[in-house]
Amino acid sequence: MQRIGVFVCHCGSNIAATVDVKKVAEMALMEPGVVHAEDYQYMCSEAGQAKIQAAIQEKNLTGIVVCSCSPRMHETTFRNAAQRAGLNPYMVEIANIREHCSWIHKDMEEATKKAVILMRAAIAKVNLNTPLKPGESRVTKRALVIGGGIAGIQTALDIADAGYKVDIVEKTPSIGGRMSQLDKTFPTLDCSACILTPKMVEANAHENITIYTYSEVEKVSGFVGDFVVDIRKKARSVNMDKCTGCGVCQEKCPSKKTPSEFNRGLNTRSAIYTPFAQAIPNVPVIDRENCIKFKTGKCGVCAKVCQAGAIEYDQQDEIITEKYGAIVVATGFDMIKLDNYDEYAYSQSKDIVTSLELERIMNAAGPTKGHLERLSDGKAPKEMVFIQCVGSRCADNRGKSYCSKICCMYTAKHAMLIRDKYPDVNVTVFYIDVRTPGKNFDEFYRRAVEDYGVNYIKGQVGKVIPQPGGKLLVRGVDLIDNKQILKEADMVVLAAAIEPNPDVRKIATMLTASIDTNNFLTEAHAKLRPVESPTAGIFLSGVCQGPKDIPETVSQAGAAAVKAIGLLAKDKLMTNPCTAHSDELLCNGCSQCANVCPYGAISYEDRLVNDHGIRETRRIAVVNNALCQGCGACTVTCPSGAMDLQGFSNRQILAEVDAICQ
Amino acid sequence: MSIEAKEEFRPKIVAFCCNWCSYAGADLAGSSRLAYPADVKIIRVPCSCRVNPMFILRAFEKGADGVILCGCHPGDCHYSTGNYYARRRMTLLFSMLDYLGVENGRTRVEWVSAAEGVKFSTTMNEFVEKIYSLGKNVRLGDLRCRQ
Amino acid sequence: MQAIIDRAKELLADGTVARVLGWKAGDLPYNPEPAYFEKEEDFKDFVYNGFCGANLSKLMIEACKLEGKTMVCLKPCDTYSFNQLLSEHRIDREKAYIVGVGCKGKLDIERMRKMGIKGIKSISGAEMTDDCETLTIQTIYGEKTCKYADAMLERCHVCKGKEHKIYDEIIGESKDTQDAERFAEVERIEAMSPEEKFAYFQKELSKCIRCNACRNACPACSCRKCVFDSTKFDSAQKANVDSFEEKMFHIIRAFHVAGRCTDCGECSRVCPQGIPLHLFNRKFIKDIDEFYGEYQAGEEVVEKGPLTSYTFEDVEPGIVAERG
Repeated sequence: MQRIGVFVCHCGSNIAATVDVKKVAEMALMEPGVVHAEDYQYMCSEAGQAKIQAAIQEKNLTGIVVCSCSPRMHETTFRNAAQRAGLNPYMVEIANIREHCSWIHKDMEEATKKAVILMRAAIAKVNLNTPLKPGESRVTKRALVIGGGIAGIQTALDIADAGYKVDIVEKTPSIGGRMSQLDKTFPTLDCSACILTPKMVEANAHENITIYTYSEVEKVSGFVGDFVVDIRKKARSVNMDKCTGCGVCQEKCPSKKTPSEFNRGLNTRSAIYTPFAQAIPNVPVIDRENCIKFKTGKCGVCAKVCQAGAIEYDQQDEIITEKYGAIVVATGFDMIKLDNYDEYAYSQSKDIVTSLELERIMNAAGPTKGHLERLSDGKAPKEMVFIQCVGSRCADNRGKSYCSKICCMYTAKHAMLIRDKYPDVNVTVFYIDVRTPGKNFDEFYRRAVEDYGVNYIKGQVGKVIPQPGGKLLVRGVDLIDNKQILKEADMVVLAAAIEPNPDVRKIATMLTASIDTNNFLTEAHAKLRPVESPTAGIFLSGVCQGPKDIPETVSQAGAAAVKAIGLLAKDKLMTNPCTAHSDELLCNGCSQCANVCPYGAISYEDRLVNDHGIRETRRIAVVNNALCQGCGACTVTCPSGAMDLQGFSNRQILAEVDAICQ
Repeated sequence: MSIEAKEEFRPKIVAFCCNWCSYAGADLAGSSRLAYPADVKIIRVPCSCRVNPMFILRAFEKGADGVILCGCHPGDCHYSTGNYYARRRMTLLFSMLDYLGVENGRTRVEWVSAAEGVKFSTTMNEFVEKIYSLGKNVRLGDLRCRQ
Repeated sequence: MQAIIDRAKELLADGTVARVLGWKAGDLPYNPEPAYFEKEEDFKDFVYNGFCGANLSKLMIEACKLEGKTMVCLKPCDTYSFNQLLSEHRIDREKAYIVGVGCKGKLDIERMRKMGIKGIKSISGAEMTDDCETLTIQTIYGEKTCKYADAMLERCHVCKGKEHKIYDEIIGESKDTQDAERFAEVERIEAMSPEEKFAYFQKELSKCIRCNACRNACPACSCRKCVFDSTKFDSAQKANVDSFEEKMFHIIRAFHVAGRCTDCGECSRVCPQGIPLHLFNRKFIKDIDEFYGEYQAGEEVVEKGPLTSYTFEDVEPGIVAERG
């Protein structure tokens, strides 16, 4: 039998004005197990806590109930007080008689009655509490960053600078990500490569950073502080140590017809290639699907011309297994496919391009060497039309419901750059709204309109019709003048919505990180924990969490790094003791609990059990307490009641139900 | 009029609230002084998925007149998926109770976020009103006549 | 039947299996029961006919713990239960040699009694060798006949089909005996007023004597220890015996098997009080089909069932009230 003490707080007049606290304390003494009850002005004060501690020690209390404000407010306070008096902190229960009682009821008699019932429920529960002890788990002092774009690079640099080892895993042959494809950046018009390349070089040279390019995360197990990750290093077919990056192989490669991923398919590349000139590492890969040697067995030109003897056709994929304390996801984004948007005729004309394609066209290293020209005939355009929100803010399910956030700004940038370099080109932008929150953003947009004479039309485009002769007829509306607009353009640029990299779903599943319907990773709290995933030890960096521009991405990358560093700096982690636990004598081993566990915390082992004299090997569910977050989904799925949750056990909750309904 | 009828009916209502959203929503209703009847008593659970249909049936068996379950909105579960499972379980349970002839107004699920103090209070007011209109719960307590 | 026996003996003789799980004749012509056969002479009692309704899948849980393989005779509908148990890791496929036995519908002695067929001495026409059209019954009151279909179990009128979902070999012909709508009875109840529904179930459930026959026969109710026998929920304590457990047993049992019940109908078949227990399970199946898409437990070996999966767009519990 427990020896329970009940402490009723007045909270000044917050509780005492509507609840007869003396009466509540009196009633407490009639409950089973209660050996002490008192009321006090402010239980959370030093003096109040001292009263609790004194009572625990003097009366040898084994459990306490504090009738006070919400446990969300002072549960920790009272748990700590109990611990100081030598009582297990999990032997404390709170009856919330302020937020759930005194503050919402006016009638004293009624509120007092309810307070007594809430207290009874807490007493009934604490009667069944057992002392719980938080577990400890170790922390591997190494972080993994998935994705080598600006978000991943920045996160890795910040973690590495703090003195921890970091590995970057990048799927493509080079780090750099989307930012490396951009020409200029808003709102200062810096050259993207000029500000990104130094960071790439720094990451590559950093003694704490290891970069795995052309690699993918294959498997993740373990939990916060102690993840075990398998990384598949795809066969590059080029020896990274021997290659000097001279580039001769790429020049001589006879297979040159593969669309260049880096240039968004606007031109072609060789089968052995580095995606772009500043690639890191500056070591090419052989794209085996398009390599003549791999397809037919006959060729081998690259091996012949390579002075360093770096070409290795027989290279195999390699699996690297490494342990990490923290994982940062920085998988970035891609533009949506425009298959659902026939009205913009994207697939019908080479002169209708996406904004990212325009970036490549305007880039000196791009398919047109930076000349603004029509890809169909190489002529300089005179009329350009930009269409905003292609697939963003979409009411139907053709596109995305969200705002892609960056398009208004990059379109203003494009318009401005074009008007600056080619003053004879007319630029028209069709928009739904122009959204430019951000430092110096609206000023930037206004410069486009006011200083550069970009023609902004509020209204949507219904159709783009390629004309015989190569012109593009744009049919839209001007919502302000309320009229139809027909405009002949030479080039049309579509601000296609951005979406998380499709691979992220696979990664989220491996990490048991939650993901929303749009494939963005969910943060632990939308406002207060924006760079953490609800899964402990997983952090979010960049667009994988939601649309954002470069400065925001970099700040989030830094924030994610700090969170990871905070974790790596610990030697041991305390784990929440309110976790699920399986009773080996009741467990059927049916796997239903593992099916609903969002953390992959449940595994099965064949264990020899002694069930009242019957000794047999049974398949038993085992909960990893470091992984379990204590949601309780498994406990309800379990038909036999073998799975139970410590701190919120079936019997405890039923006792509360009974106390309330009696 | 019989003696029983004179006695005022005060329903017993159990509200299961998840710790992260709805319990906090109830706290907000409290700190915003948004009143609802004292008949509602809240039980804190870590997640709506912790609520076993057995808890609800037990409440009815012990004399509850209404049981409501509140959790985070779909997509916002602290544990990412708990409320999805709760949603399926409760849909099936409620449908079964309806099938057995138990008034379906006695059970309810409502998603209430930590920021929705107003919603919490309105929901509880509505629910209590509904239970008053249904009167005392006799059926579930009497589903099986003892022989 | 002889073909099954011959094959069983062969498999025992060549060491493929260590025992055979089938049915042996009871003391009356219509009550065969599950049994193990290990030796040649055991087979004199082996029987397979229209009264072998018992689903042997569940017995494989224990059989799998024994040394060597067990040959198990499964009717088409039993294979669903077998798959479901495999999905739940309760049995070991490697320890079973499945002989899919032909089935042309199983018989319900209670239906025959209701037709006035009593004092039965012997029955012919239930051997499963012919088309199973007519039964000829010798009773102490003389010879009687009835249509085979009229004497079938309720579950056979809503037969899931004559295909075995899992087997090593098939012996005998099967027939699809479905001639009624699976959910017709559930729909009839759904259409009642709350008062009528309540009166109906109260009447039915009041018959229950808590003999646990349903629980013992149900292949989904295969917990090592039932919650109603454990202290985990306070549901087995003496003081509660009359209340919680009594009142809620069938609802909770149905909920525990929801999404896992293959609708094999064993619960209703074995109930000595004739309570149509399958109507609980079938209601859940109907709801699951309606809300989450058609799902047949045991159709194949799967990891997740409807209650251990979800979609973002799932219906809200309020649908129950909206549906009216």
